[in-house]
Amino acid sequence: MAVIGVVGAGVMGIGVAQSVATGGHDVVLVDTSEEILADARAAIYRNCRMSRMMGGPTLDPDEILARVTTAVGLDALAKAELVIENVTENWEIKREVHAELDRVLPADTVVVANTSAIPITRIASVGSHPERVVGVHFMNPVPAKPVVELIPGFHTTPETLERTRDLLASMGKRWVDVKDASGFVSNRVLMLTINEAAYLVHEGVATAESVDEVFRGCFGHPMGPLETADLIGVDTILYSVEVLYEHYADSKYRPCPLLKQMTDAGLHGRKSGRGFYTYNS
Amino acid sequence: MTTTDRILAFITNRFPQAEISDVEDIFSLGYINSLFAMELVMFIEKEFTITIPNDELRIDNFRTAKAMTELVDGLRSAVV
Repeated sequence: MAVIGVVGAGVMGIGVAQSVATGGHDVVLVDTSEEILADARAAIYRNCRMSRMMGGPTLDPDEILARVTTAVGLDALAKAELVIENVTENWEIKREVHAELDRVLPADTVVVANTSAIPITRIASVGSHPERVVGVHFMNPVPAKPVVELIPGFHTTPETLERTRDLLASMGKRWVDVKDASGFVSNRVLMLTINEAAYLVHEGVATAESVDEVFRGCFGHPMGPLETADLIGVDTILYSVEVLYEHYADSKYRPCPLLKQMTDAGLHGRKSGRGFYTYNS
Repeated sequence: MTTTDRILAFITNRFPQAEISDVEDIFSLGYINSLFAMELVMFIEKEFTITIPNDELRIDNFRTAKAMTELVDGLRSAVV
Protein backbone atom coordinates (compact mmCIF):
# COMPACT_ATOMS: atom_id res chain seq x y z
CA MET A 1 0.00 0.00 0.00
CA ALA A 2 1.04 3.56 -0.65
CA VAL A 3 2.37 6.13 1.79
CA ILE A 4 -0.09 8.99 2.01
CA GLY A 5 0.77 12.34 3.56
CA VAL A 6 -1.82 14.26 5.56
CA VAL A 7 -1.12 17.92 6.35
CA GLY A 8 -2.96 19.46 9.28
CA ALA A 9 -4.14 17.54 12.34
CA GLY A 10 -7.33 19.46 13.04
CA VAL A 11 -10.82 18.00 12.85
CA MET A 12 -10.59 17.28 9.11
CA GLY A 13 -6.98 16.08 9.05
CA ILE A 14 -7.65 13.66 11.89
CA GLY A 15 -10.67 12.22 10.07
CA VAL A 16 -8.79 11.98 6.77
CA ALA A 17 -5.82 10.27 8.44
CA GLN A 18 -8.12 7.73 10.07
CA SER A 19 -9.96 7.01 6.82
CA VAL A 20 -6.76 6.64 4.81
CA ALA A 21 -5.28 4.30 7.45
CA THR A 22 -8.52 2.31 7.54
CA GLY A 23 -8.12 1.91 3.77
CA GLY A 24 -4.88 0.05 4.49
CA HIS A 25 -2.36 2.78 3.66
CA ASP A 26 0.51 4.06 5.75
CA VAL A 27 -0.09 7.65 6.80
CA VAL A 28 2.35 10.42 7.64
CA LEU A 29 0.39 13.06 9.55
CA VAL A 30 2.13 16.41 9.95
CA ASP A 31 1.35 19.60 11.85
CA THR A 32 3.24 22.41 13.56
CA SER A 33 3.73 20.99 17.08
CA GLU A 34 4.17 17.70 18.91
CA GLU A 35 1.37 18.68 21.24
CA ILE A 36 -1.16 18.97 18.40
CA LEU A 37 0.01 15.63 17.03
CA ALA A 38 -0.31 13.89 20.41
CA ASP A 39 -3.88 15.21 20.67
CA ALA A 40 -4.51 13.96 17.12
CA ARG A 41 -3.37 10.43 17.98
CA ALA A 42 -5.64 10.44 21.03
CA ALA A 43 -8.56 11.65 18.91
CA ILE A 44 -7.99 8.98 16.26
CA TYR A 45 -7.86 6.32 18.99
CA ARG A 46 -11.10 7.62 20.49
CA ASN A 47 -12.87 7.88 17.13
CA CYS A 48 -11.84 4.34 16.17
CA ARG A 49 -13.23 3.05 19.48
CA MET A 50 -16.54 4.79 18.79
CA SER A 51 -16.71 3.78 15.12
CA ARG A 52 -19.18 0.93 15.37
CA MET A 53 -21.45 2.87 17.72
CA MET A 54 -21.60 5.72 15.22
CA GLY A 55 -22.79 3.31 12.55
CA GLY A 56 -19.36 2.60 11.04
CA PRO A 57 -17.26 -0.55 10.85
CA THR A 58 -15.70 -2.18 13.92
CA LEU A 59 -12.15 -0.84 14.07
CA ASP A 60 -9.17 -1.90 16.17
CA PRO A 61 -7.79 1.45 17.39
CA ASP A 62 -4.27 0.05 17.93
CA GLU A 63 -4.17 -1.47 14.45
CA ILE A 64 -5.26 1.79 12.78
CA LEU A 65 -2.87 3.93 14.83
CA ALA A 66 0.01 1.59 14.02
CA ARG A 67 -0.26 2.77 10.39
CA VAL A 68 -0.09 6.45 11.36
CA THR A 69 3.24 8.16 11.97
CA THR A 70 3.32 11.79 12.99
CA ALA A 71 5.91 14.50 12.39
CA VAL A 72 6.41 18.22 12.82
CA GLY A 73 7.06 20.01 9.53
CA LEU A 74 6.45 19.17 5.89
CA ASP A 75 9.86 17.61 5.19
CA ALA A 76 8.51 14.29 6.51
CA LEU A 77 6.28 14.07 3.41
CA ALA A 78 9.09 13.49 0.91
CA LYS A 79 8.23 9.78 0.43
CA ALA A 80 4.48 10.23 0.11
CA GLU A 81 2.88 9.36 -3.24
CA LEU A 82 -0.01 11.64 -2.55
CA VAL A 83 -0.49 14.40 0.00
CA ILE A 84 -3.83 15.62 1.34
CA GLU A 85 -3.70 19.16 2.70
CA ASN A 86 -6.27 20.04 5.39
CA VAL A 87 -5.04 23.29 6.93
CA THR A 88 -7.28 26.12 8.12
CA GLU A 89 -9.75 27.48 5.57
CA ASN A 90 -7.89 30.75 5.22
CA TRP A 91 -6.20 31.83 2.00
CA GLU A 92 -2.99 33.16 3.57
CA ILE A 93 -2.44 29.92 5.45
CA LYS A 94 -3.33 27.74 2.44
CA ARG A 95 -1.02 29.81 0.21
CA GLU A 96 1.91 29.46 2.58
CA VAL A 97 1.46 25.71 3.02
CA HIS A 98 1.09 25.04 -0.72
CA ALA A 99 4.20 27.11 -1.49
CA GLU A 100 6.10 25.00 1.04
CA LEU A 101 4.64 21.77 -0.37
CA ASP A 102 5.80 22.86 -3.82
CA ARG A 103 9.34 23.16 -2.45
CA VAL A 104 9.53 19.87 -0.54
CA LEU A 105 7.56 17.43 -2.75
CA PRO A 106 8.89 15.59 -5.83
CA ALA A 107 7.17 16.72 -9.04
CA ASP A 108 5.12 13.52 -9.38
CA THR A 109 3.49 13.67 -5.94
CA VAL A 110 -0.23 14.35 -6.22
CA VAL A 111 -1.41 17.23 -4.02
CA VAL A 112 -5.02 17.09 -2.86
CA ALA A 113 -6.39 20.31 -1.39
CA ASN A 114 -9.20 19.59 1.05
CA THR A 115 -11.21 22.77 0.98
CA SER A 116 -14.86 23.64 1.26
CA ALA A 117 -14.69 26.96 -0.52
CA ILE A 118 -11.35 28.09 -1.97
CA PRO A 119 -11.04 27.67 -5.76
CA ILE A 120 -8.64 24.84 -6.68
CA THR A 121 -7.15 26.74 -9.63
CA ARG A 122 -6.14 29.49 -7.22
CA ILE A 123 -4.52 27.04 -4.81
CA ALA A 124 -2.74 25.31 -7.72
CA SER A 125 -1.37 28.64 -8.95
CA VAL A 126 0.84 28.91 -5.86
CA GLY A 127 3.21 26.13 -6.97
CA SER A 128 5.16 25.28 -10.11
CA HIS A 129 3.15 22.09 -10.84
CA PRO A 130 -0.52 23.06 -11.06
CA GLU A 131 -1.19 19.85 -13.04
CA ARG A 132 -0.72 17.69 -9.93
CA VAL A 133 -3.10 19.67 -7.73
CA VAL A 134 -6.74 18.60 -7.33
CA GLY A 135 -9.52 19.48 -4.91
CA VAL A 136 -11.44 17.07 -2.71
CA HIS A 137 -14.06 18.43 -0.36
CA PHE A 138 -14.32 15.86 2.42
CA MET A 139 -17.34 16.03 4.71
CA ASN A 140 -17.19 15.97 8.50
CA PRO A 141 -16.91 13.52 10.24
CA VAL A 142 -14.77 12.15 7.40
CA PRO A 143 -14.93 8.43 8.35
CA ALA A 144 -18.75 8.54 8.52
CA LYS A 145 -19.46 10.43 5.29
CA PRO A 146 -19.31 8.23 2.19
CA VAL A 147 -19.40 10.94 -0.48
CA VAL A 148 -17.02 13.79 -1.35
CA GLU A 149 -16.92 16.53 -3.97
CA LEU A 150 -14.08 16.01 -6.47
CA ILE A 151 -12.91 19.21 -8.15
CA PRO A 152 -10.25 19.42 -10.85
CA GLY A 153 -8.52 22.78 -11.23
CA PHE A 154 -7.94 24.38 -14.63
CA HIS A 155 -4.61 22.57 -15.17
CA THR A 156 -5.32 19.28 -13.35
CA THR A 157 -4.32 16.30 -15.52
CA PRO A 158 -6.38 13.12 -16.04
CA GLU A 159 -3.56 11.16 -14.35
CA THR A 160 -3.82 13.29 -11.22
CA LEU A 161 -7.57 12.72 -11.18
CA GLU A 162 -7.18 8.99 -11.70
CA ARG A 163 -4.68 8.59 -8.85
CA THR A 164 -6.98 10.61 -6.59
CA ARG A 165 -10.01 8.50 -7.54
CA ASP A 166 -8.02 5.32 -6.79
CA LEU A 167 -7.21 6.61 -3.32
CA LEU A 168 -10.80 7.67 -2.66
CA ALA A 169 -12.04 4.24 -3.75
CA SER A 170 -9.59 2.54 -1.37
CA MET A 171 -10.98 4.73 1.42
CA GLY A 172 -14.50 3.55 0.57
CA LYS A 173 -15.50 6.99 -0.71
CA ARG A 174 -17.64 7.84 -3.69
CA TRP A 175 -17.30 11.21 -5.38
CA VAL A 176 -19.44 13.75 -7.14
CA ASP A 177 -17.66 15.58 -9.97
CA VAL A 178 -18.00 19.33 -9.60
CA LYS A 179 -16.38 22.11 -11.61
CA ASP A 180 -14.09 24.62 -9.94
CA ALA A 181 -16.04 27.53 -8.47
CA SER A 182 -15.72 28.95 -4.97
CA GLY A 183 -17.88 26.93 -2.56
CA PHE A 184 -18.53 24.23 -5.21
CA VAL A 185 -22.08 22.92 -4.78
CA SER A 186 -22.20 22.07 -1.10
CA ASN A 187 -21.03 25.29 0.46
CA ARG A 188 -22.64 27.71 -1.95
CA VAL A 189 -25.89 26.41 -0.47
CA LEU A 190 -24.95 25.25 3.03
CA MET A 191 -22.90 28.27 4.13
CA LEU A 192 -25.61 30.70 3.11
CA THR A 193 -28.13 28.60 5.01
CA ILE A 194 -26.04 28.49 8.18
CA ASN A 195 -25.19 32.20 7.88
CA GLU A 196 -28.87 33.07 7.57
CA ALA A 197 -29.72 30.78 10.50
CA ALA A 198 -27.12 32.66 12.56
CA TYR A 199 -28.80 35.94 11.56
CA LEU A 200 -32.11 34.61 12.91
CA VAL A 201 -30.47 33.98 16.29
CA HIS A 202 -28.56 37.28 16.11
CA GLU A 203 -31.78 39.21 15.46
CA GLY A 204 -33.70 37.35 18.15
CA VAL A 205 -36.21 35.92 15.69
CA ALA A 206 -35.66 32.38 17.00
CA THR A 207 -33.36 30.45 19.31
CA ALA A 208 -30.80 28.01 17.94
CA GLU A 209 -32.98 25.17 19.23
CA SER A 210 -36.01 26.54 17.38
CA VAL A 211 -34.16 27.05 14.11
CA ASP A 212 -32.83 23.49 14.22
CA GLU A 213 -36.23 22.09 15.19
CA VAL A 214 -37.76 23.62 12.04
CA PHE A 215 -35.20 21.84 9.88
CA ARG A 216 -35.56 18.52 11.69
CA GLY A 217 -39.29 18.56 12.28
CA CYS A 218 -40.56 20.34 9.17
CA PHE A 219 -37.99 19.30 6.57
CA GLY A 220 -36.91 15.94 7.95
CA HIS A 221 -33.21 16.87 8.05
CA PRO A 222 -31.29 14.68 10.53
CA MET A 223 -29.58 17.81 11.90
CA GLY A 224 -30.41 21.51 11.87
CA PRO A 225 -28.05 24.14 10.41
CA LEU A 226 -26.75 25.40 13.76
CA GLU A 227 -26.02 21.92 15.12
CA THR A 228 -24.21 21.43 11.84
CA ALA A 229 -22.29 24.68 12.42
CA ASP A 230 -21.17 23.40 15.82
CA LEU A 231 -20.07 20.13 14.25
CA ILE A 232 -18.12 21.80 11.43
CA GLY A 233 -16.75 24.54 13.71
CA VAL A 234 -18.17 28.05 13.99
CA ASP A 235 -14.77 29.54 13.07
CA THR A 236 -14.63 27.38 9.94
CA ILE A 237 -18.13 28.51 8.98
CA LEU A 238 -17.05 32.13 9.31
CA TYR A 239 -13.91 31.58 7.21
CA SER A 240 -15.94 29.79 4.54
CA VAL A 241 -18.52 32.58 4.33
CA GLU A 242 -15.69 35.13 4.16
CA VAL A 243 -14.09 33.21 1.29
CA LEU A 244 -17.39 33.26 -0.64
CA TYR A 245 -17.87 36.96 0.11
CA GLU A 246 -14.38 37.81 -1.04
CA HIS A 247 -14.49 35.58 -4.12
CA TYR A 248 -17.86 36.61 -5.55
CA ALA A 249 -17.78 40.20 -4.19
CA ASP A 250 -21.50 39.72 -3.62
CA SER A 251 -23.18 41.12 -0.51
CA LYS A 252 -25.47 38.10 -0.26
CA TYR A 253 -22.48 36.34 1.37
CA ARG A 254 -21.95 38.98 4.08
CA PRO A 255 -20.94 37.12 7.27
CA CYS A 256 -23.29 37.39 10.25
CA PRO A 257 -21.69 39.47 13.06
CA LEU A 258 -22.68 36.77 15.54
CA LEU A 259 -20.37 34.29 13.77
CA LYS A 260 -17.51 36.79 14.12
CA GLN A 261 -18.20 37.39 17.78
CA MET A 262 -18.47 33.66 18.56
CA THR A 263 -15.22 33.01 16.72
CA ASP A 264 -13.43 35.77 18.67
CA ALA A 265 -14.93 34.52 21.94
CA GLY A 266 -13.67 30.97 21.36
CA LEU A 267 -17.18 29.55 20.94
CA HIS A 268 -16.11 27.29 18.08
CA GLY A 269 -18.67 24.51 18.57
CA ARG A 270 -18.17 20.88 19.58
CA LYS A 271 -14.39 21.01 19.38
CA SER A 272 -14.22 23.84 21.96
CA GLY A 273 -17.07 22.56 24.16
CA ARG A 274 -19.40 25.42 23.31
CA GLY A 275 -20.89 27.02 20.23
CA PHE A 276 -24.60 27.47 19.59
CA TYR A 277 -24.92 24.63 22.14
CA THR A 278 -22.84 23.50 25.13
CA TYR A 279 -21.09 20.11 25.10
CA ASN A 280 -19.47 17.82 27.58
CA SER A 281 -15.74 17.85 26.93
CA MET B 1 -27.67 10.26 43.64
CA THR B 2 -28.01 6.85 42.07
CA THR B 3 -26.19 5.93 38.88
CA THR B 4 -29.45 6.34 36.95
CA ASP B 5 -30.07 9.80 38.43
CA ARG B 6 -26.60 10.98 37.49
CA ILE B 7 -27.03 9.76 33.92
CA LEU B 8 -30.49 11.31 33.58
CA ALA B 9 -29.19 14.59 35.02
CA PHE B 10 -26.44 14.67 32.39
CA ILE B 11 -28.95 14.09 29.57
CA THR B 12 -31.47 16.69 30.77
CA ASN B 13 -28.67 19.19 31.37
CA ARG B 14 -27.78 18.94 27.68
CA PHE B 15 -31.38 18.66 26.47
CA PRO B 16 -33.52 20.70 28.90
CA GLN B 17 -36.62 19.97 26.82
CA ALA B 18 -36.26 16.22 27.46
CA GLU B 19 -38.77 14.68 29.82
CA ILE B 20 -37.52 11.15 29.96
CA SER B 21 -37.86 8.10 32.14
CA ASP B 22 -35.10 5.58 32.68
CA VAL B 23 -36.53 3.21 30.06
CA GLU B 24 -37.11 5.76 27.32
CA ASP B 25 -35.05 5.31 24.15
CA ILE B 26 -33.35 8.72 23.95
CA PHE B 27 -32.45 8.25 20.29
CA SER B 28 -36.13 7.86 19.38
CA LEU B 29 -36.96 11.36 20.67
CA GLY B 30 -35.97 12.92 17.37
CA TYR B 31 -33.50 15.54 18.57
CA ILE B 32 -30.78 13.33 20.05
CA ASN B 33 -28.54 11.67 17.45
CA SER B 34 -25.68 9.21 17.64
CA LEU B 35 -23.12 12.01 18.09
CA PHE B 36 -24.50 12.39 21.60
CA ALA B 37 -23.71 8.73 22.23
CA MET B 38 -20.04 9.67 21.98
CA GLU B 39 -20.56 12.36 24.62
CA LEU B 40 -22.34 9.82 26.80
CA VAL B 41 -19.39 7.44 26.60
CA MET B 42 -16.96 10.20 27.59
CA PHE B 43 -19.23 11.40 30.39
CA ILE B 44 -19.74 7.92 31.83
CA GLU B 45 -16.06 7.01 31.73
CA LYS B 46 -15.13 10.26 33.51
CA GLU B 47 -18.04 10.39 35.94
CA PHE B 48 -17.74 6.77 37.12
CA THR B 49 -13.96 6.43 36.51
CA ILE B 50 -14.31 3.34 34.37
CA THR B 51 -13.14 2.35 30.91
CA ILE B 52 -15.86 0.78 28.85
CA PRO B 53 -14.46 -2.19 26.90
CA ASN B 54 -14.51 -1.61 23.14
CA ASP B 55 -16.93 -4.48 22.52
CA GLU B 56 -19.46 -2.85 24.88
CA LEU B 57 -19.46 0.34 22.78
CA ARG B 58 -22.74 -0.51 21.07
CA ILE B 59 -25.56 1.93 20.61
CA ASP B 60 -27.96 -0.47 22.39
CA ASN B 61 -25.99 -0.02 25.62
CA PHE B 62 -26.71 3.73 25.51
CA ARG B 63 -30.34 3.88 24.40
CA THR B 64 -31.82 4.16 27.89
CA ALA B 65 -30.61 5.30 31.30
CA LYS B 66 -31.47 1.79 32.51
CA ALA B 67 -29.16 0.15 29.95
CA MET B 68 -26.36 2.58 30.83
CA THR B 69 -26.85 1.95 34.54
CA GLU B 70 -26.58 -1.80 34.01
CA LEU B 71 -23.42 -1.30 31.98
CA VAL B 72 -21.86 1.00 34.61
CA ASP B 73 -22.85 -1.11 37.61
CA GLY B 74 -21.65 -4.28 35.88
CA LEU B 75 -18.26 -2.75 35.13
CA ARG B 76 -17.88 -1.26 38.60
CA SER B 77 -18.67 -4.54 40.35
CA ALA B 78 -16.19 -6.29 38.05
CA VAL B 79 -13.49 -3.88 39.21
CA VAL B 80 -14.30 -4.42 42.91
